[in-house]
Amino acid sequence: MTYLITQTLNGLFSAALLFLIASGLTLAFGVMRIVNIAHGSFYMLGVYVAYSVILRTGSLLLGALVAIVVVGSVGFVMQRFFLRRFGSDPLAQMMMTMGFALVFRDAALMIWGGDPFTLQYPPGLSGSMEIGEVVFPVYRLFVIFVAGLVGVALWMVNEKTLVGARLRATVDDPEMASATGINVALLSGLVFAAGAGLAAFGGVMGGPILGGYAGLDFDLLPLAFVVVIVGGMGSLKGAVVGAIVVGMIDNFGKALVPELSYFTLFAPMVLVLAIRPTGLYGRA
Amino acid sequence: MAEPDAGHRSRTPSALGLESMAPHGWRLAVVIVLGLVFAAGPLLLSAYWVGLLTQMVILAILAMSLDILLGYTGLPSLGHAAFFGVAAYAVAVLATAYGAGFWVCVVGGILIGTLLSAALGLIVSHVRDVYFLMITLALGMVLWGLGYRWIPVTGGDNGISGIPSLAAHSGLPFAGPVAFYYVTLLVFVACAGLMALIVRSPFGLTLRGIRENEGRMKSLGFNTWLHCYLSYVIAGAFASVSGVVWAYYNGFVSPTYLDLTASSELFLMVTLGGPATLVGPVLGAAAIVLLKNVMSAYTARWLLILGIVYIVAIIAAPKGVWNLGRR
Repeated sequence: MTYLITQTLNGLFSAALLFLIASGLTLAFGVMRIVNIAHGSFYMLGVYVAYSVILRTGSLLLGALVAIVVVGSVGFVMQRFFLRRFGSDPLAQMMMTMGFALVFRDAALMIWGGDPFTLQYPPGLSGSMEIGEVVFPVYRLFVIFVAGLVGVALWMVNEKTLVGARLRATVDDPEMASATGINVALLSGLVFAAGAGLAAFGGVMGGPILGGYAGLDFDLLPLAFVVVIVGGMGSLKGAVVGAIVVGMIDNFGKALVPELSYFTLFAPMVLVLAIRPTGLYGRA
Repeated sequence: MAEPDAGHRSRTPSALGLESMAPHGWRLAVVIVLGLVFAAGPLLLSAYWVGLLTQMVILAILAMSLDILLGYTGLPSLGHAAFFGVAAYAVAVLATAYGAGFWVCVVGGILIGTLLSAALGLIVSHVRDVYFLMITLALGMVLWGLGYRWIPVTGGDNGISGIPSLAAHSGLPFAGPVAFYYVTLLVFVACAGLMALIVRSPFGLTLRGIRENEGRMKSLGFNTWLHCYLSYVIAGAFASVSGVVWAYYNGFVSPTYLDLTASSELFLMVTLGGPATLVGPVLGAAAIVLLKNVMSAYTARWLLILGIVYIVAIIAAPKGVWNLGRR
């Protein structure tokens, strides 16, 4: 029982990180139909930028903020000057992001070197908590909590604000949205930038545990894709459900049948796709 | 309306742009130069360059096979390297763990790769566009995960080494890199010829029809699901052939043949070369092999340069080099 609760909490921690990464990926897909191969790179850049800032200033909060702003700006520039020109060609866009993924990977290696590191824990969150027989690290609970907050905030923006209404209109039908006066190009840029920033934030949140290392980008990208595919591309609700499903399966799979852990992760996704190509909550 | 098929057939060649298939101008020059290099190059070049040419030719088969799917049928597969990798693994496992003979390995490798594509084709053939991209990416990752973690069979991260050389295994007099190259070239010519026949056949024209307008092809009475399925299996079969040749070329297999990077590199070979041309992917394969090997010899920053080359190439020739100036 204790084992089950601990593994469930670990699964939720993975789910929280995955949600932070996948929510940006899924929103960008919904608005632009873009399959962003460079999304894992945003996560990686987030950890690295935060690492540099924390080394100089010692402030974790400042590190997180700078990481979000810097990576968000990188995303905005990438969308504005490189992706927008291929607005109607998803394949060209995808290849463009592939090129960027290579550039980011090698640039990170050049700037920060290949040595692995972890970020420090925020003050007061490094210990663990005991509830009955279950011992669980406080920081992991904190990440789950923060991801929950982000999820609620995204939902509020999406459902209750004018920007959210425009966003939903664009996801439904970009051409009609554009005809009603919504600046789809600008909105796309902002969504892409926000997604990049969210992934960077995910990187910082995961930093004390997963840290940063060469190859982090392509380790996480497949997982983020699984979340988006299972949940349904373009759906925020799908990202939540997908993240929880994937986080749980990944954790229990690794714990129970380690030699088949990738298989246990990807096989359900293939199943979902074969039956519902658009994912659980996606629309064609 | 008595003969819906006749109306369809009569407009095939010119309506589908086939008259531009015969190369002229700079394209003819490129074909001649490429042909000369492929035919006579190994007699003049050093062993290192013969190795590079061999890689180009093997990967050209692979890239052309993806072109059937991506270029002609309009199904963008991001997991196509899987069949190449699985066939190579099949050869490695058969040769090392079971001590199988040469022809068992060759036929087994091609058969296993093709059967796999026949099985996976059942899952993917009703999916289109970006969703096809995602589901093939997912399938590719499943196979990579198996290769990486199913250690008793695949050796995990270490891969499998010790695949015997072609000459030793087959008992035929093909020792040395130059002889191996010409065997590879022979396979390439046979595969390229077959693929060219396929894409120009009525079947190939139907594939193009599906790419352009599936709804119309359906209402004309074509079973579009079956055509997409067959296209997927045919592409998988040719990819398996190249995987088998690669296993003998390299003598070693590892999960990197199955991963996303391998599939996306392959994707770039086709799209940068020029989809739906068959020649373009050959160019793409040659260019990427050349870029990777030459640059990594001169600079440690070759990945960065490769990324920039991709970005610039997509901006400069979004439809591929071979299609420059067309349409």
